[in-house]
Amino acid sequence: MLDISPLLYVCLGILFFLCYFHFSNFFLDKIDTKKGKIKSHNLNLRAFIFVAPALIVFVIFIIYPVLETFRLSFYDKYGRDFVGINNYLWAFKDPELRRGLLNNLGWLIVVPTLSTAFGLIIANLADRIWWGTIAKSIIFMPMAISFVGAGVIWKFIYDYRGPGDEQIGLLNAIVVSFGYEPQAWITIPIWNNLFLMAIMIWIQTGLALVIFSAALRGIPKETLEAAKIDGASEFKTFTSIIVPYLGPTILVIWTIITIVVLKIFDIVLAMTNGQWQTEVLANLMFDWMFRGGGDSGRGSVLALFIMIGVIPIMALNIYKHKQEQKI
Amino acid sequence: MKKFTLSSLLSQLLLLFFVVIWIIPTFGLFISSLRDKDLLAISGWWTSLKTTQVNEIYRSEGSKEQIQENDLFLIKGNIFEDDSNKKILSYGVTSKNINEFDIEQVGVFKDGTKIQLFENGNYILTSSKEFKKKGKRIFVTSLSPPKFTLDNYREVLFNEGLGQAFINTLAVAIPSAIIPLVICSFFAYALTWMNFFGRDTLLALVIASLVVPLQMSLIPLLSIYNDIGSIMGVGAKSYPGVWMAHTGFGLASTTFLLRNFLKSLPKEMIEAAKVDGASHYDTFLRIILPLSIPAFASIFILQFLWVWNDLLVGLVFLDQVPSEIILSAKLRELLGSRGENWEILTTGAFISMTIPLLIFFSLQKYFIRGLVAGSVKG
Repeated sequence: MLDISPLLYVCLGILFFLCYFHFSNFFLDKIDTKKGKIKSHNLNLRAFIFVAPALIVFVIFIIYPVLETFRLSFYDKYGRDFVGINNYLWAFKDPELRRGLLNNLGWLIVVPTLSTAFGLIIANLADRIWWGTIAKSIIFMPMAISFVGAGVIWKFIYDYRGPGDEQIGLLNAIVVSFGYEPQAWITIPIWNNLFLMAIMIWIQTGLALVIFSAALRGIPKETLEAAKIDGASEFKTFTSIIVPYLGPTILVIWTIITIVVLKIFDIVLAMTNGQWQTEVLANLMFDWMFRGGGDSGRGSVLALFIMIGVIPIMALNIYKHKQEQKI
Repeated sequence: MKKFTLSSLLSQLLLLFFVVIWIIPTFGLFISSLRDKDLLAISGWWTSLKTTQVNEIYRSEGSKEQIQENDLFLIKGNIFEDDSNKKILSYGVTSKNINEFDIEQVGVFKDGTKIQLFENGNYILTSSKEFKKKGKRIFVTSLSPPKFTLDNYREVLFNEGLGQAFINTLAVAIPSAIIPLVICSFFAYALTWMNFFGRDTLLALVIASLVVPLQMSLIPLLSIYNDIGSIMGVGAKSYPGVWMAHTGFGLASTTFLLRNFLKSLPKEMIEAAKVDGASHYDTFLRIILPLSIPAFASIFILQFLWVWNDLLVGLVFLDQVPSEIILSAKLRELLGSRGENWEILTTGAFISMTIPLLIFFSLQKYFIRGLVAGSVKG
């Protein structure tokens, strides 16, 4: 039988926070009206009531862990003894980690580029075709589903049966129908990374598509008309008007997808768990968190690596976001 | 209508090409989840409308069903338990030669038992001795018509534990989306409309923390959770624990988005309320809250889907036991343990996609708005 008791905790959990805000403010209101005027220390108290829960969460879940991770990266696997930069030295020598870094780099080059390119092309096509909205919906749909779900979908496509058997994976069925040997795609080192990346491109193209679609509407109609009158071909219009105009948007999309890719974890864990040379940083970190009882030192170094990769791109993203807000 | 040109035809074809490539994976998964599991294992989903030839092993009834006629023992029955509409082509009595006999032709087992098998699965076993308790093995080659069934869903939901995982995921995702919304809306309000000591520093700190990937928090948080668990004498991993973890990881981005939204509201409105003697709490409830519903909806959907689809946090902060495991973790576990059982995997994946797809198709506007705005989520 299904156990629905977890859903009861849900109500209690949410109620707890609603009650906190309601009753603390309610009493403060009572006190204020009794005194007849708002005192400044009450204002500070009010601010404290508003801010406290978020602040506590912020300190426990973000501030402290960041400092602690930094500290732990200089300690042994149990976080007890100081080992200096040993974990970092390990990181630079470990072949598995080097593999992971290289793969991450590959992901960073291939996925954002192709997703952005496909998104741009599809947005352009869909904008001019009457059934474009439906097409956009379909291509955007993978954004809604989980990486693991997408992993299952694609693992089914990559499925491999021996050469004599009937292939139930679409890719091998196509390969066989052209008279080639079926392949166990996700076990072929180096190339298998591309097959994992395909999943991510399949998902992220939708994001690029909707953002481009919105941006395309911002291109002045007159400019496009003028190009047409001047006899520019559609390709020419695309490369010399649309692409330059969308320049900032391309950058935004590229940064967003890059950040997702830097932290890519679910797809690799579900598809190969880093076997056959598909290791990536985030998966390796997860692995070290639990490998041999967990190694908090090495895990922390890996977490720091991920953060160092994310910082500049995220900073660029936030800067862009704030700039847009100003306009 | 535009006039028909070669280039517009090419554009249409190219777009169609993309659409087909994008839809096929999901479509194949969906069709497969509805197919009979035996057919699914031996033929591609694109053949699901064709009649397929299958080889199967059945077992006849045993001595329980036997009838004695004169000095012969008979067993009559049908090898198909359900009305599967299969048509038998040929059959055999040993694994070495599974196509030995045509239908209606009389076959002989090693022990002398005779069998006659008909196209629809009816059979007659005849023997001069009494039958053994266990039935005879019959190897059957038959044509199986296309068959779609919900059996896989029944199996996966109730026997493989996906149903419970579905409830667990709801129990994780609902509070993990509502709690940050509640506490961040007050937080963002205070950061936007209240003057208190250290406000600007705090705001800068929150925005700066957007760059921190959640991986940075995992190891220290896990050890805090373990400590709390051992002090309180309870398990380290629990629902409230995972809610708070998601709240923590969503805090910076939710606050950032809400503050951007609140800042865009007219200042005069807040000040007018103040002059009328409304407390900040009144202002929040009566003025801000009604205006923020669309923004809240977008952020809620974004965070809800993010949590629903999350794997990492669910793996680290929940025990991988039936009463706590979430869908994505369960699916990942099945990928490892039931990697060849595609009827379970495809169905499981589709179940995990139901809620996101439902939200996607019914609330697409909020979904897109949230996603585009939520690109700052770390």
